[in-house]
Amino acid sequence: MEKTKLNIDIKEEQKKAQENITRQGLRVLVCAGTGCVANGSLKVIEKFKELGADVSVLTDYDKMTIVPTGCHGFCEQGVLVVIPDKHVTYVKVKEKDVEEIYESHIKNNKPVERLMYVDPKTHQHVQDDEHINFYAKQTRTALANCGNINAECIDEAIAVRGYEALSNVLEENNPEAVIETIEKSGLRGRGGGGFPTGRKWRFTAANRGGKSYVVCNGDEGDPGAFMDRSVMEGDPHKLLEGMAIAAFAIGADEGYIYVRAEYPLAIKRLRKAIADAEARNFLGKNIMGSDFSFEIHIKEGAGAFVCGEETALIASIEGERGMPRPKPPFPANKGLFGRPTLINNVETLANVPVIILKGAEWFSQMGTETSKGTKTFALTGEVNNTGLIEVPMGTTLREIVFDIGGGMRDGKKFKAVQIGGPSGGCLTEEHLDIPMDYDNLIKAGAMVGSGGLVVMSDKTCIVEVARFFMNFTQNESCGKCVPCREGTKNMLKILEKIVAGKGEMKDLDTLEELAHAVKDGSLCGLGKTAPNPVLSTLKYFRDEYIAHIKDKKCPAGVCTAMKKVVINEDLCKGCTKCARTCPVGAISGTVKQPHHIDQSKCIKCEACFTSCPFRAIVLE
Amino acid sequence: MSVENHHVVDTSKLDEIISTCGGKKSNLIAMLQKVQEVYRYLPEDAMIYIGTKVEGLSPATVFGVATFYAQFSLQPKGKFEIKVCDGTACHVRGSMPVLNAIRAKLNMQEGQLTSESGLFSLETVSCLGACGLAPVVVINDKVYPQMTSDAITIVLDTLIKEEN
Repeated sequence: MEKTKLNIDIKEEQKKAQENITRQGLRVLVCAGTGCVANGSLKVIEKFKELGADVSVLTDYDKMTIVPTGCHGFCEQGVLVVIPDKHVTYVKVKEKDVEEIYESHIKNNKPVERLMYVDPKTHQHVQDDEHINFYAKQTRTALANCGNINAECIDEAIAVRGYEALSNVLEENNPEAVIETIEKSGLRGRGGGGFPTGRKWRFTAANRGGKSYVVCNGDEGDPGAFMDRSVMEGDPHKLLEGMAIAAFAIGADEGYIYVRAEYPLAIKRLRKAIADAEARNFLGKNIMGSDFSFEIHIKEGAGAFVCGEETALIASIEGERGMPRPKPPFPANKGLFGRPTLINNVETLANVPVIILKGAEWFSQMGTETSKGTKTFALTGEVNNTGLIEVPMGTTLREIVFDIGGGMRDGKKFKAVQIGGPSGGCLTEEHLDIPMDYDNLIKAGAMVGSGGLVVMSDKTCIVEVARFFMNFTQNESCGKCVPCREGTKNMLKILEKIVAGKGEMKDLDTLEELAHAVKDGSLCGLGKTAPNPVLSTLKYFRDEYIAHIKDKKCPAGVCTAMKKVVINEDLCKGCTKCARTCPVGAISGTVKQPHHIDQSKCIKCEACFTSCPFRAIVLE
Repeated sequence: MSVENHHVVDTSKLDEIISTCGGKKSNLIAMLQKVQEVYRYLPEDAMIYIGTKVEGLSPATVFGVATFYAQFSLQPKGKFEIKVCDGTACHVRGSMPVLNAIRAKLNMQEGQLTSESGLFSLETVSCLGACGLAPVVVINDKVYPQMTSDAITIVLDTLIKEEN
């Protein structure tokens, strides 16, 4: 196939962009992702700008530039301020701290120790990312630029090789070779299913000729997962480039990004990125002077979890109720507006440019036999370091929870990890050392899913968590097919009954029977995976279910129906504080005499528990 | 975002919304989002108007779409829209006590969307993607991180005070 002569020299553009960055002088990166903005990063940025106007004080630089970046991943420690040239990462920075950083570190080269990260194990201050365990153990590929560049500036993306892969692909002008590279890399869908990406591209490319579409699934609905949000906010150009490469490979000229309405910042940054890329002719008509044209639209979702399912997502883009359609026909043959459509998840597409640049072999060296590359996980729950991480496939749960995550918070005991959201399952202590990849997790009764990892301690009630997920899927069931609509409702009823202390042993059998019926009979992925949290908790924590049913006890002390609030008469001084606090008047007693709680009136709100100055109130 | 309080539907405004969305039925969701921005909910007359006016739609289809998606409300929402995140991370770190504290403070029952005064509306959402800051509450697009029953009460007090 003949090579295409392009009218844009990307290497030249890159050089110019890099020179621009050098001219910025001392770069101060301030995280402006959703998390840090909530913690006040915009004020931090303003303050820095105010101070930085006086450049005469800088010794080694002629100026200082404040760079608002995308998410660094370490959201709980926000606002994060990174000064790469000074090898420092400051955490929990507030507006009032900015002056000290500026005066002490930027002007006088004296790092501000009190604003550095404190290692939860050694209690030492740590100066830079390389020594913060949370970052040191990660391998960032899809998230490589998130937090290092200004997400709203296309030049910064170009400086870190943005659009170079697209340029190479257009120059080579060989769509077949692109598909082959993706196939060889072993990349699998990061949205949950893990379907081989290259194969999906090939199926869609087989229908080349007429109108076809590339759709990016940014409907990140799994509670507890936010990697796609971070990519869209922190490095939107990588996603656009990935989509353009996919479109070139399969012969599409139009694309849609479907984003949840809950992500307003991502929508804003994507819109800007699309406009900037069009202005540079990296998107639009005859990209870089080639024959290839590609335009991208944004579609905002309206809050329906089921729209993460590809056929439901298509229905939603078409303006209809987001209900799944039976497959076949697969979207590769008959998708959006009845045309062949390639649907990939955000993270999947973000991996594409780097695979093209560094080669399939480089990518496939990372990971395990069947799962190549890296995977992002949203690490949350009862661990010390919560945030967004990216590790090679095959990393063990132990490394994630105890090294990167810094162990359990408040000295709590590790009980389980819930992985893959409402479609996933639980992993327990016995799974801490299995290499995490698509297939091992399926074997363990869980799934990678979108990569939400919620760490749970002995203070988390497993049965309540199962009820929580079932409540979620039941709410989100679109109602089209009977097994999902009726099955999830009845499973939820049983779980509510158990949590309320009214369960019977035979309920467990019914629950399991229903779970299998829903799993086997449902139309789409939502229903097929909805019973997973129940099945996996029944498998690993049956004891807890039985404790709720037979002993009417919640071992974690969470389920209110089984809680009892009592006053320890030996400790009670009769100060009457609790009696005055109780909203339902359940506590009685005379001054300076031990008080008493009327269990028939008590609503277990624990208001008395927090009010008692003598710790005389006990939860049983 | 301009918010109007009257519930009489201004058809010229609806025509404007329809035309910015290209009058295409595939943009129905975007149209409804814009309508909700104006009225803080979807007035029945607006849905009927769009369903009659846009080619390929019917009022029934519009109603079907409006009731399918959680974002759309058929009842007026408050001036302050409170969203309590009850995603997994927030749930595990105690979003329910925060929700209960809001209900207690605003004197709202379970299932009640808007407070008596019409000032606040309250809903739970599945995940706002700010899991590192759990539990999270969002009031009119402003994110309040790491909430507790006490902290949210202070936030609400401030809002109520400002309003008076």
